Amino acid sequence: MSGGHDHSHDDRTGAASRHPFQPDTEDADFDDYQLMTEAVGEILIEKGVFAAEDLRRTLEAIDAITPALGARVVARAWADPAFRHRLLADVNAAAAELGIDAGPIPIRAVANTPGLHNVIVCTLCSCYPRLLIGLPPDWYKSRAYRSRMVREPRAVLAEFGTVLPEDVAVRVHDSTADLRYLVLPMRPKGTEGVGEDALARRVTRDCMIGVAVIDR
Amino acid sequence: MSRRLAPGACVRVRAAFPPGHVRTPYFLRGHEGVIDSLAGEFPNPEELAYGRTGMPRRALYRVVFRQPDLWPGYAGAAADTVIADIFEHWLDEAPERRFGSPA
Repeated sequence: MSGGHDHSHDDRTGAASRHPFQPDTEDADFDDYQLMTEAVGEILIEKGVFAAEDLRRTLEAIDAITPALGARVVARAWADPAFRHRLLADVNAAAAELGIDAGPIPIRAVANTPGLHNVIVCTLCSCYPRLLIGLPPDWYKSRAYRSRMVREPRAVLAEFGTVLPEDVAVRVHDSTADLRYLVLPMRPKGTEGVGEDALARRVTRDCMIGVAVIDR
Repeated sequence: MSRRLAPGACVRVRAAFPPGHVRTPYFLRGHEGVIDSLAGEFPNPEELAYGRTGMPRRALYRVVFRQPDLWPGYAGAAADTVIADIFEHWLDEAPERRFGSPA
């Protein structure tokens, strides 16, 4: 079958291929930091500080954290005003009530209201509530997002499809030091009587970063 | 620790540019803001980064800045703000300003 693929793969050397291959990750030179990271990892394993299996397990556990954890927390806050109160006082303790280990770094929930929209950024690096919503998307770590979100937040939000009226104040939380932030979105209208699991499915990663609002 | 800054207090971020691991963003240095709250006390990251203890702990404040104060010709709403976590040794008290504390 041709499969809409109109060039020939007959030449076994690939020389006749009309497009160059995407370079493999290993084709680029390591930069100094990558080299240091690899070297330190190898030395620690060689010295028996931890085993390769421990490193793999840790990375697997980190990769397994998804925004679904944060969504459960948000849904509970919508469903239970007393929990919402405790969440706004101490996210890590409130998450622990749901059996979620949000880690030792204090996380603060910042609540959207009809007059205030919150959005998070880390202008210095890539601080993010990883233990609650997983690893940050690549754009969160980009220089463009980090510099523009504080300089022209409404323009950046509009590029995400989030256009806010002038009478809604935008507050940008720059995670500069020892705290992490989680946006508590507003509960969508028309969800009275909706169960907590169904509510949690409405909560997305971008809503908890604050670059989006939940459809209502 | 030294003095405590109360919520609503006007502060100015030091316009200093020392080398090292500093958690005070450039775009806020020299600007005035208002204390929102005390975030806690934490080991000094400028020391921790060099293998020292970071002790004594330093007070870390959440400081609110009005966007129009930060950026000439800011295109958003006048009520838009940036809030950042700034360590006490980067903050000087500033004279009360006409707008008082932000909402």
